Order: sequence, then C-alpha cells, then structure tokens
Amino acid sequence: MASRTSPLRSIGRAATPLLWIGPAIALIAVVVLWPVVVMIQSSFQRIGGEGYVVGYNGLDNFRTLFHEPYLSGVLLRTLVWTVGVVVVTMLISLALAQLFNQRFPGRRVARWALIIPWACSVMMTALIFRWALDRSAGVINVFLHDLGLVKLGSNHADWLGNPHWAMFWMMLVAVFVSLPFSTYAILSGLQGIPGDVYEAASLDGATSWRSYRHVTLPLLRPAILVATLINIINVFNSFPIIWEMTKGGPGYQTSTTTTYMVAIKQGNVGESASLSVINFALVIVIVIVYLATTKWKEQVDA
Amino acid sequence: MSTTLTTATPSALVPPARPPRRRTGKTIAVTIAAYAVAVIFLLPYVEMVLVAGRPANELLDPTYFPQHFTFKNFTTLWSSGGLGGNIATSLEIAAGATLLVLIVALPAAYYTARRKFRGRTLFLLLVLATQMFQPAAMLVGLQREFTDFQLPSPTISLILIDAGFNMAFAVWILNAFFSSIPVELEEAAMVDGCSRVRAMFRITLPLAAPGIVTALIFTFISAWNEFLVALTLSLGSEPSKMPLTVAVNNFIGQYSIDWGHLFAASVIATVPVVILFALIERRVVGGLTAGAVK
Repeated sequence: MASRTSPLRSIGRAATPLLWIGPAIALIAVVVLWPVVVMIQSSFQRIGGEGYVVGYNGLDNFRTLFHEPYLSGVLLRTLVWTVGVVVVTMLISLALAQLFNQRFPGRRVARWALIIPWACSVMMTALIFRWALDRSAGVINVFLHDLGLVKLGSNHADWLGNPHWAMFWMMLVAVFVSLPFSTYAILSGLQGIPGDVYEAASLDGATSWRSYRHVTLPLLRPAILVATLINIINVFNSFPIIWEMTKGGPGYQTSTTTTYMVAIKQGNVGESASLSVINFALVIVIVIVYLATTKWKEQVDA
Repeated sequence: MSTTLTTATPSALVPPARPPRRRTGKTIAVTIAAYAVAVIFLLPYVEMVLVAGRPANELLDPTYFPQHFTFKNFTTLWSSGGLGGNIATSLEIAAGATLLVLIVALPAAYYTARRKFRGRTLFLLLVLATQMFQPAAMLVGLQREFTDFQLPSPTISLILIDAGFNMAFAVWILNAFFSSIPVELEEAAMVDGCSRVRAMFRITLPLAAPGIVTALIFTFISAWNEFLVALTLSLGSEPSKMPLTVAVNNFIGQYSIDWGHLFAASVIATVPVVILFALIERRVVGGLTAGAVK
C-alpha cells in the first residue's frame, strides 16, 4: 500500500477512525449537540401552551425574562448556592479525606457508609430531609425539641416555610450529597503522593500541620481542582434537592436558575429556553476557565 | 497511610518507615472519629427505613423509633401503586442505557487509547463536554427534540439520553484501562494470526474487564437514579409505567404525603444500587476525574 495509494484507499484510511468513534459521535450529536440547537432556537420563538411554535419573536423572550421581578433574586441565590455549597464541601472533604486516609480497623466498612448518599438517588435523600424537617413530627425537629432549641409544631419548626432557613437546610443537603465524591477524589489524590515526600519533610523537621500545608496541599492541587470543577457543575445544575424540598417557593424565593427554568417552563417555554441559554453560557464559561487553568489540551496531547 | 506508602519505597538513607507504636492513642481517636462520620452519613437512610416501617397511625408521633415495626408499607406497594411496573420501566431504561454505552464507548475508548489520529483531541473534548453539560442545562432542548420524535414511549428517549450523558465516564475509564495494557500483547496475538478485532476481543477486553464492569454499573446506577429528564419526559404517561424515581413522587399529594409508602419504595429503589456501588467504589473516582486530568 506504500506506493499505490488509490483515492478510494485514502478515503478509507481517513474514515477508519469514524468506524470506531462514529457511534459515539452520533450519540453525542443526537443527545447533546442537537438539543443545544433546539434550545437556542426555542429561545427566539414564541411557543404556545401546547408546545407548538407560533413564530419567531426576536429577543422578546429575553426581554420578558429580564423583566421578571424574581430574576435578580434567583441569580444572586444561584451564586450563593453554588459558591457556598462548593466551598463548604471542599473544606469538609479535605478533612474527611485526611481522616479516611489513616489506617484504622474497619476502614473499608466505614468508607462504605460514606458512599451511600452518592449511590442513592439525590431526590430520595432530599425527601428524607423534607420529612425530617416536618414541623410536628420530623426527626430533626424532635431532636431539636429534646435539646430545647425548637418547639414542635411552632412556626420556627416550619423550617422549609421560611425562605432563609429553607436555603440553609437545602444547602446542607447539597453539601451532604456532594461530600462522598469530593472526599473520594481527594483520597485518591492523597494516595498518589509518594511517601518519601513526607519523609523528606519530616527529616527537615516539619510538623504535621506544616507538612500538610506545604507538602500535601500543593501536591493535591490537581485533585482539588478537578473535584471543585465537577462540584461546581453538579451544584450549579442541581435540581432535585430544591424541587423536592420547597419547589423553589414560597413565590420563587428559594429558586436557583435551574429550578426557576423548570418552573417557568410550564407557562412560557420560550422564556424558559432563554434562561437555559444563559445557564448554558455560564457553564461554558466555567469549563473554559477550567480548561485554560489546567492546560487540558497539552495534557491529552502528551 | 503515609506509613504504608513509605514501606513501599525502601531506602538506606531514611529512618525505619514504620514508627514505633506510640500511635495507639492516635489510632483510637481516628477510629472513633471515622466511625462517628460514618454514622452521620448513615443516619438519613436509617430514618428512611424507620419511616417505611412505621405503621400509619404512628407516623405523626414525635418519637425516634416506631413502637411497632411493620412491613405493611412494603407489601401493599405492589397491590396499590403497582410498583412492579415502575421497577420494570426503570430496569428497561437502565439496562438499555448500559448496553448502549457499552456498544458506543468500547470502540471509541479502544481506538483513542491505541491510535493518535487527526481529530482525536477534538473528539476527546467533545466527550468531556458531554460530561460537563448536564441534561438540566439543556432541558428545554431535550424536551422539544424528543417530543418531536414522537416515540411510542419515553423509555427509548430516556435510554438515549442517559447513555449519552454517561458515555464520557465509560470512555475515560476504559481508555485508562486500554492504555495500561501493553500493545505487545495484542501484537503477539496478531502475529499468531488473530485479526486486530479478534485480538481486541480475545486479549484486551478480558484484561480490561474490571474497567468494563465499573463503567456498566456506573451507567446503570446513573440511569436508575435519573430524575429530572425522566420527570419531564414522563409527563402524561400512565402512572404504573413511569420510572421509579418519578413514580415515588406520586405519593406526594397536594394536601398530604404518603410518607410510609414513599420511603418503602425508596428503600426498594436504593438497596440494589448501594450494593452495586459498593462493588465499584474504589474505581469510580478514576472515571469521573480522568477526563479532566488526563
């Protein structure tokens, strides 16, 4: 095949990769790329209640969206929700990873407990907390009542009826379900650090906190970065927790962009699509910033 | 852990890796702390089981434990709500998505691990994109596209969507496994007269079996637990044919919630996936992070 490369053959050679990766590309096209096109298209369309398209209406959907009285609150809350949950998750995960990296009897069993919120449907975990916060019989309220902090059945015990407390509890649930992945990601980072690094540090007389701060943390940087990125994406897009615990209410006072988008979809698909486009653009910005800071391309090419 | 790691790198220059046993006090403290954390992680799910086992007339008692534990909520699920149909739907979706991921991700992961071709980086970036963009971010597009397809039931749509968004995990983990298997093994088989595809099936796939199992279980669990797209596409479906995660929400009425049945169904939905997840626990992180750190 060296000297006589027929055109047919060279086409065949160029097409060989397609044979292997073609099915994957086709699936991505149908499930990821085309929906994006439809979504962007929908954001410029007037769409009737039954889902049929009435016609193009330019930027009207975006205008309607920007005039929604709840929008600024929703955007601000999305920021607080994402940053708050991710930061708290990462801090606790660093501590948990350090703990579960120690050797102690029954470590495997203890780690299994850690994975349950990860394996279980987030929606079901959210419902457990909704029940546990029930104002008259929820187990969290029963416990707080026994501690003398809350009176069962009182307004104070109706945590999810108060937008501020509802956000607090929902962020706590979001941290809870995010911890297993982050902890495991940092654990695997810890296990990748060669032991002689610590020996060198301890020979230099570093205390354990100093060697953690100056040896472990810098070496954990890649693991922390990836875990943070994946958490940001997950928490930003999170739907089941808020949907199951407050439906974003009362009003839209506990909605983030994702839940708000689903809520307004029933009334105005076009407007919901325009919010999705904004949501989507934000995710792209996050991912690009990430790819740039980690020099992703150089790594896959290597 | 540092002690185990140091034993793996013996050197004449460093002091004995395992320090003398002054650490028992620390080990006890660590053990207690770790078990306390484990209990905290378990508590919500213990409560799930306790509520599922509470008789209806005790539901509103402000007590930690039911006075009489009952399995009534579990047994009546099958007659009243028809949970069997929901489990069947969820099984179809999860098994379908898992099979599709296998068919699509296996060749892609193998080829990108073995060959450097034009467009490889672009392809891997595309795969990474599917991992980063979750269905929630493009829900309106998904709903309108798949409604336009007018498929007979949402099951096929959900299989495609769950497979599409979980494929990345399978590609990363399989890619890592294939890369770690020496090409020479396949070449030796090919010298013995195997074709490339045959060498892949006979030599490489068996060696990559742990990765394949991890990818399959992970996809299965994700599809089984998926909620938002299932909820969106199942609008108007018969309640007994809805996926399990959507059906569980049917216990939430406008004025009251049937917590006992809701959590009984949740327990049934959760137990199998927790067991499956425990099997792949140690490899999952690799699949989730490999794409972003490769």
